[in-house]
Amino acid sequence: MSAPPDPSGVARYVDEAAPLLGLPIPPECREGVVRNLAGLLAAGLLIGDFPVGDTETAPVFEP
Amino acid sequence: MTAVDALGLVADIRARRVTAREVTAAALERVRARDLSLNCFTAVLAESALRDAEAVDAALAAGGEPGPLAGVPFAVKNLFDVAGLATLAGSKINAGHPPATRDATAVARLRGAGAVLLGALNMDEYAFGFTTENSHYGPTRNPHDPARVAGGSSGGSAAAVAGRLVPLALGSDTNGSIRVPAALCGIFGLKPTYGRLSRAGVALFGISFDHVGPLTTSVRDLAAAYDAMQGPDPADPVCADRAAQPCLPCLDEGAGDLRIAVADGHFASRGEPEVFAAVESVAKALGAVRRVTIPENDRARAAATIITASEGASLHMDDLKSRPMDFDPMTRDRFLAGALVPAALYVRAQRFRAWYRERVREILSEVDVLLAPTTPFPAPRIGQDTIEVAGLEVPTRPMLGLYTQPLSFIGLPVISVPVAGPTLLPLGVQLVAAPWNEAALFRVAAVLERDGVAAVRIAG
Repeated sequence: MSAPPDPSGVARYVDEAAPLLGLPIPPECREGVVRNLAGLLAAGLLIGDFPVGDTETAPVFEP
Repeated sequence: MTAVDALGLVADIRARRVTAREVTAAALERVRARDLSLNCFTAVLAESALRDAEAVDAALAAGGEPGPLAGVPFAVKNLFDVAGLATLAGSKINAGHPPATRDATAVARLRGAGAVLLGALNMDEYAFGFTTENSHYGPTRNPHDPARVAGGSSGGSAAAVAGRLVPLALGSDTNGSIRVPAALCGIFGLKPTYGRLSRAGVALFGISFDHVGPLTTSVRDLAAAYDAMQGPDPADPVCADRAAQPCLPCLDEGAGDLRIAVADGHFASRGEPEVFAAVESVAKALGAVRRVTIPENDRARAAATIITASEGASLHMDDLKSRPMDFDPMTRDRFLAGALVPAALYVRAQRFRAWYRERVREILSEVDVLLAPTTPFPAPRIGQDTIEVAGLEVPTRPMLGLYTQPLSFIGLPVISVPVAGPTLLPLGVQLVAAPWNEAALFRVAAVLERDGVAAVRIAG
């Protein structure tokens, strides 16, 4: 499994990505957002390296 | 009044031992007397409830058929549309929305079956929580100990039933939000198969996992309410095109021919000993000795967490951009973080979901019903951020979904049955089946209730 996300890297990602999405992060929320996103990215590491073969996603789009 | 559960009330009303109006008036009086302390209701519809109850009485007097839930008072989590009410979904933001113009399908079907809607119930904001510690509307309190949470996010629903304000409530479950509060409040809760019950007119949260279902004090009430809500609904693209499969007629069939096993591994670790003792008491009563291991449950939780945060944030993106400080501090930072999850991660989580579903399908081809704890510990205190479980200090709120989240991740039907613990605080045990096999769950739950293994203890 990859190394857990570096908190300062997550903070930089939040600072850079949020404005690009038009999503202003209120200053009083920044620490909590960084902490929660770090948790989500760590969860992503749990599945990111896991071999699922050629499994497709579950949803089926019916035209 | 001679009966305590919903179908007991129906029998009394049909036999004219009591009128539906008297039943509704008594329920409204209990709400008035007890809800100041429990904080379950965010809206009480006294006038329309009494009017609906009178219509039931009039139909009976005229020799008509008012339906299988004739005169049963019920209430719904405030994310269900109720005509005339703004659908709060636990938020302050939605309080400014116009009132719903029609009832959600589930609400309409219960009313169509004769049930009488008393009002709307408290929840975690936008269903993003396991405790119903709502900063806007206050915490809902556990009827067994008002210093403790009712569980969530359908906490108002569970506490209203456990506190005997109403015999039936509706909730929704994305990662455990029916099962967790049902367990912590000591009542029955059903999360049906994903797509079994219509979500039309329900404020969604995690569209891949959102389910609706009933909470009750008896298995027969659970079945009656479930049966009344079944059936296709073109208004919900997720609702399956399947005919209703009534479960009330199955309750006396016994469970002798069902293959029942205990889930071990993930589902037998990181909890308090009393929750595993509860599972063992259920297994012993059913003669279940087989153990099965579902693989990769931590990854299932991780994937479910990523999908939920991403989908939830997507649904609320406009408000997150324009008025983030109007969100509940209990949800705001989590929603904002969810908006920043890379799309590739979301898709990877969905692919893992399909992989995990295949593994569990293999297990459920050999087992009819799995047993697992509902929560790793009984109701924590309101405001309790961390808790010591099995010798480790862990965050209280996310841990409440430890055993429920992997199962809703792949849409399996689950009933949480109440089991007494060593203290006054109740516990829950999950009965889990293959998709669309709710009937097996009801048969097992009925046996457990008949034999006194699953039992609702009256609170307050």
